[in-house]
Amino acid sequence: MNVVEMKGITKRFPGIVANDNIHLTVKEGEIHALLGENGAGKSTLMNILFGLYQPDEGEIRIKGEKVHVTGPSMAGKLGIGMVHQHFMLVDPFTVTENIILGSEPTIQGRIDREKAEREVQEISDRYGLRVDPRARIRDISVGMQQRVEILKTLYRGADILIFDEPTAVLSPQEIDELIEIMGNLVREGKTIIFITHKLKEIMRVCDSVTIIRRGKTIDTLQVKETDENRLASMMVGREVSFDVEKEQREPGETVLSIRDLRVADSRGADAVKGLDLEVRAGEIVGIAGVDGNGQTELLEAITGLRKTKSGRVRLNGKDITNLKPRSVTRSGVGHIPEDRHRRGLVLDFSIGENMVLQTYNLPPFAKGFRLQYSEIQEHAEKLVKEYDVRTPDIHTPARALSGGNQQKAVIAREVERDPDLLIAAQPTRGLDVGAIEFIHRRLIEQRDKGKAVLLMSLELDEVLKLSDRIAVIYEGKIAGWVDPSTAAEEEVGLLMAGGKSGAEVKS
Amino acid sequence: MLDVLTNVLQTTVLYATPLILTAIGGLYSERSGVVNIGLEGLMTIGAFTAAVVTLATHSPWVGLLAAVAAGVLMALPHAIASVTFRADQVVSGVAINFLALGVSVYLVKAMYDGAAQTPSVPETLKRLPIPGLDQIPVIGPALFNAFPTTYLAVIVVFLSYYILYKTPFGMRLRAVGEHPRAAETMGVNVFRMRYVAVLISGALASAGGAGLSIAIGSEFNETTVAGHGFISLAALIFGKWHPFGAFGAATFFGFAVSLALIGQIFGLTAYVPSEVLNMLPYILTILALAGFVGRAEAPAAIGKPYETGGR
Repeated sequence: MNVVEMKGITKRFPGIVANDNIHLTVKEGEIHALLGENGAGKSTLMNILFGLYQPDEGEIRIKGEKVHVTGPSMAGKLGIGMVHQHFMLVDPFTVTENIILGSEPTIQGRIDREKAEREVQEISDRYGLRVDPRARIRDISVGMQQRVEILKTLYRGADILIFDEPTAVLSPQEIDELIEIMGNLVREGKTIIFITHKLKEIMRVCDSVTIIRRGKTIDTLQVKETDENRLASMMVGREVSFDVEKEQREPGETVLSIRDLRVADSRGADAVKGLDLEVRAGEIVGIAGVDGNGQTELLEAITGLRKTKSGRVRLNGKDITNLKPRSVTRSGVGHIPEDRHRRGLVLDFSIGENMVLQTYNLPPFAKGFRLQYSEIQEHAEKLVKEYDVRTPDIHTPARALSGGNQQKAVIAREVERDPDLLIAAQPTRGLDVGAIEFIHRRLIEQRDKGKAVLLMSLELDEVLKLSDRIAVIYEGKIAGWVDPSTAAEEEVGLLMAGGKSGAEVKS
Repeated sequence: MLDVLTNVLQTTVLYATPLILTAIGGLYSERSGVVNIGLEGLMTIGAFTAAVVTLATHSPWVGLLAAVAAGVLMALPHAIASVTFRADQVVSGVAINFLALGVSVYLVKAMYDGAAQTPSVPETLKRLPIPGLDQIPVIGPALFNAFPTTYLAVIVVFLSYYILYKTPFGMRLRAVGEHPRAAETMGVNVFRMRYVAVLISGALASAGGAGLSIAIGSEFNETTVAGHGFISLAALIFGKWHPFGAFGAATFFGFAVSLALIGQIFGLTAYVPSEVLNMLPYILTILALAGFVGRAEAPAAIGKPYETGGR
């Protein structure tokens, strides 16, 4: 039986058609993937199903019956629950309070807390969710917060569950747990719609998949009858290569040299503890490591965003230790920051203005104390075209762009300044295949032009694929060097976990 | 010596009462995510209405009820501006302050032949001793021979705690102030909650203002409220947006306000200029409002207009 049928759904927002005549049919008891790039219209479609948006055209049938989903409470009555990508949880509230909010059991006008906690515990046990009903949201892990989101839908009796990019925020181990939970849910008769752009996860857990591209339905397939490459090309609209083509190259002079660097974290504890590192012209050095081993502090120290305690950072032989960020930038460092919203862009500035964040006060963008907007716009037009930043125009605020296009804008700005050293921190986090491919090619291009590239990523795949040499960071020190052409993933993993490697490649 | 203590307690309770009522009023609004800097104006309209209606009807109770109604009415534009039209809540609140003061002073002039203040109100609220309890030495005369508004304020504090922390209504109200979108996805009507909260704050702040003109004092003029609304807001922040915290902080501010009076009675002014004592509550208010205390405890969505289905 088809539990969800969405036919000819069209939704327009000012300037774009987010959904253009989309069809989606989901069968009872299956895990149905909704696959598409960021900005393809997956979330819009699901928000329509959940009643947060109203479609401009099209009809929705739930369990065969035609419905108008006027709001989330209506969706709830129809048995539709949504596990949001950005958790909808009230931080200071307890798990139970978050779950019962809006449909609280009462006893003589007051909330029946005991009954609520008992019920939450029961549902939690039945599906193996393992949450503590009395814990406060702000005290529990991201994984448990997500399970609370799942519980919220189950508590309301949902049997159609929408998971909006649920794995984006989880660690690999938490992803395994989630997949197990999804299995439990389906066994208990629930139907799951799984929004994602990660192909591996689809192959692993889903029964069928509907592919959406630029607001249109491309196809619906059985997962058994397809493969990752086929899905990827349908999603992006052309052939995608997962392999990075990279020629062997002899590195040149040392560009970045770090000696015995010590950096404290925000709480004052040492995060980088006497670290040595060298990056030469024409090579990509990858930093692999588990999150929180000093990567962030290291990069902040190089770029001048954080004061060092001791040690030296040299760029082309010149001491740049503890220079102001602007001076570091001007001496030839490009930085693609880890958090593009906080450090990479001024979200409320236009794309054009964001393109000159470091150079706005230099000619040709400024003359005396006046900004030369014609030059700034010309510059932006050029970069937007060259780096394929998809934006309505250069006056659009950065906030309005999808993550991939925001990141392309950051990369365009940094690469365009032609720095000797390019630092890329988590450059593809949260991006889809198409954007990842683009960004990887750009990084290799910089290397081939003879630039030094320092790449920090938590995705081991990415580091292995792009780097010429890999430095594994563990507890603020380089635990070992690895040659990506010969190293096995297990070996790097062992170093990341603090084990010693026999195969140290000395630089 | 015991007389001194009784006296200090009594003045503190006297001055704290309007602050408590108003701070709890502000609590509802701010916990729902709407900044209410208009408390000053809401108190003003309450003080004015209470005095005028009591003069006309000769009943302070009718005066008090009328003040509550006027407060709800005065809070309505703040709710409309900041909830429906998503205007800046601080600007809207400031407008309420100006509007309330302007309207009240103008109406006083219009009604009483251009006078700067209302005539003296003969039938103010009277102190209401609680039989038995008021005989307790020292604290009896201070705490249990108070104005009815004081008892009302204490009841409001406990009732508000119960409402906010034990009932579905209260939980939804707090959720709306922390994460309105989460509340909405759970079927809570964010707009309605915020409207109700702002109107409740109007009713309570106005009742607080009434205490200034028909209990502590017995007339209304331009300086009757004189910053008590802002002091209440400071007490609310000082008390970390919690009913008991606000109660404690308002009592403390009441003590600060009464210091000037106490200072005169006990000759403290021989050592400290009375101007300094008079300034004290305002200095404390500035410190609290400038964010020296407790900002981290503020409701997460405070001051942020909410838009349904926004992208």
